[in-house]
Amino acid sequence: MKKLFAMMLVVCMLLTGAAALADEPITLRVAHIGPTTGAAALYGLATLHGAEVAVAELNASDSPYHIELINEDDEHNVEKVINAYNAALDAGAQMILGTTTSKPCEAAGAQGYTDRVFFLTPSASAPAVTEDKDNVFQICFNDPNQGLASAQYIADHNLGTKIAVIYNNADVYSTGIRDTFVAEAANKGLEIVSETTFTDETTDFSVQVADAQNNGAEIVFLPMYYTPASLILKIAANKDYHPVFFGVDGMDGILSVDGFDTSLAEGVMLLTPFVASASDEKTVNFVTKYQEAYGETPIQFAADAYDGIYILAAAAEKAGITAEMEPEEVCDLMIAAMQEIAVEGLTGSMTWDESGAVSKTPMAATIINGEYVFE
Amino acid sequence: MTKAKRNRLIYNIVTYALVIAAFLILQSMIANKTITRSLKGQLVPICCWIVMAVSLNLVIGISGELSLGHAGFMSIGAYTGAVVSGWLLNAFAVENTLLRLVLAIIAGGVMAGILGALIGIPVLRLRGDYLAIVTLAFGEIIRSLVNVLYIGVSDGRLRFSFLTKDMPEGTVMLVDGAKGAVKIKPISTFTVGFVLILITLFVVLNLINSRAGCAIKATRDNRIAAESMGIPVTKYKMIAFTTAAALAGMAGALYGLNSSTVVPTQFTFNQSINVLVFVVLGGLGNVLGSVISATLLTVLPEVLRAFSDYRMLAYAIVLILVMIFTNNPLIRSFVNRLFSPIKRLFRKNKQGGDIA
Repeated sequence: MKKLFAMMLVVCMLLTGAAALADEPITLRVAHIGPTTGAAALYGLATLHGAEVAVAELNASDSPYHIELINEDDEHNVEKVINAYNAALDAGAQMILGTTTSKPCEAAGAQGYTDRVFFLTPSASAPAVTEDKDNVFQICFNDPNQGLASAQYIADHNLGTKIAVIYNNADVYSTGIRDTFVAEAANKGLEIVSETTFTDETTDFSVQVADAQNNGAEIVFLPMYYTPASLILKIAANKDYHPVFFGVDGMDGILSVDGFDTSLAEGVMLLTPFVASASDEKTVNFVTKYQEAYGETPIQFAADAYDGIYILAAAAEKAGITAEMEPEEVCDLMIAAMQEIAVEGLTGSMTWDESGAVSKTPMAATIINGEYVFE
Repeated sequence: MTKAKRNRLIYNIVTYALVIAAFLILQSMIANKTITRSLKGQLVPICCWIVMAVSLNLVIGISGELSLGHAGFMSIGAYTGAVVSGWLLNAFAVENTLLRLVLAIIAGGVMAGILGALIGIPVLRLRGDYLAIVTLAFGEIIRSLVNVLYIGVSDGRLRFSFLTKDMPEGTVMLVDGAKGAVKIKPISTFTVGFVLILITLFVVLNLINSRAGCAIKATRDNRIAAESMGIPVTKYKMIAFTTAAALAGMAGALYGLNSSTVVPTQFTFNQSINVLVFVVLGGLGNVLGSVISATLLTVLPEVLRAFSDYRMLAYAIVLILVMIFTNNPLIRSFVNRLFSPIKRLFRKNKQGGDIA
């Protein structure tokens, strides 16, 4: 009898609660999928934490949409990501913020294309992520677009016209950026005076740097990750060669390379949508909250995911998504809405077209006194 | 019928019956939509891992050789399957997915079988742990090679290039170097996976119980004695190893065509060890054990998702507990005692039947 009474009480409370909630914001169920364990956990945790900061902020605000975040770990694995994706949908997710890394995103996105599930990836940058799928949208530049954006930035800011390119010809990321950079450089009247390659095993870059120096390059474009870049900077300093070094988002992290003299990186420019030390209000707010919650400085991935939550909320509002909608229904509405919205985020002002690739102003940071600074 | 024969027959029937029953239950769950997405998504991978475990058991449990490169054969099957399927679709416009899938699986099996035989010829003549070392190296070599392999199809022809991507305009890429096999149209189905399991069980169980199987087991138990009986050791070890490689290739083709993309990093040494764990936990030489352990250990990490970051820890603990429990004499005798009334019941019934 007591039990029955208690149950009735609970039901009553639920009913009154529901009634009171009628005017409350709509809660969307968004699944974050990324590697929160394993070798790529650094990136997955960054996007998860970035998204969590945004969700806490959004749910405390008077926005018409609140978000319930579901997290599933994909271990940066093409088989596991499908399991994570299915588990997320079983848990009631309506749309996906993810996945963090490119290859799993390609696999899960294709599955989502068949099932009609909407994906917004903060950081998967390979072109294959959005190719042949209408359901996947990117927040970061895709690899070829980074080359395009770099050439445009160099030309628009008159950094120089004689350019050397050093790239890793065994790496998809590096060659992808190089190809579009070289093509766009020709359009912008930039002259490529030296072009040299290396592979993953290369440790001595003196030939490449000497070639750039002998051909009088004013700018050395480095579409690569930070480890080879740090070696190139070292060699150039030894040769007393001081052009402008221009990197892409893979350069992010060069200041934390073990045993690297950060003074060598003085004046290096890199294309990045986010630097934690920037002084604008949005960045300061995000970095402070992130540091309070997780005790570390956010990286670019975290900022992308932070923006992702706001983009989803904006697109959901545009599309009129309700809490009862199934993922299939949400998908088509979101695809249409994404092409209509413009979002002013941490990483720039963004719009999207039907390809799913983002269009935003490229931003380049310069390393001054061991910190990234926006011009 | 001798007692040994009868036991074997019962064991085989139980194995087939369990697999078929599981299939029927899952099919009915799919039909009335009570299955979760999560489980449904894992059905084909589970079929692949079962075939992998059973075939590796043939090498390790039955022929007594240690192979550490089983994932290498799987990757050959996966890539071959992806290429064959893509080729049939783009060059011959074969729209029938079942036909493409079956041809891809056969091609994957043949390719892996040939490579398995090539490796086996020199290595299986040697004694000791050479096969373990060579298969380990083989797995890594395959992974490095496919990293720089480019295969595309244009004008109805397959085009290969190595190290550099050298393809004419308009080529549809099937294998794109470090990006792996790309733009695969997923065509694997649970039913085909189930049939593949049945074929695997049929091949392996029949091989074990055949004359050749007896010879293989004899070379495992005592090589010198077997040789002195006139058994050509290398030949029988080759039979077991090549069969296992071909089955792994078939599993690989099914696995590859279940996803839209396959990358070389999926088939690392770790993956081979994973299959080895299935085999060891299921029991060396125990085919039914391999089937059960491959299923449970594939599903387990997903069931443990509730533990989030601690699930791999929980997984490891479960593995250790299973090892301890299955090998503890006290627990074994307890389990035996638990089951003895049931066994006695069976014996009585049988006697009754005989009298009647």
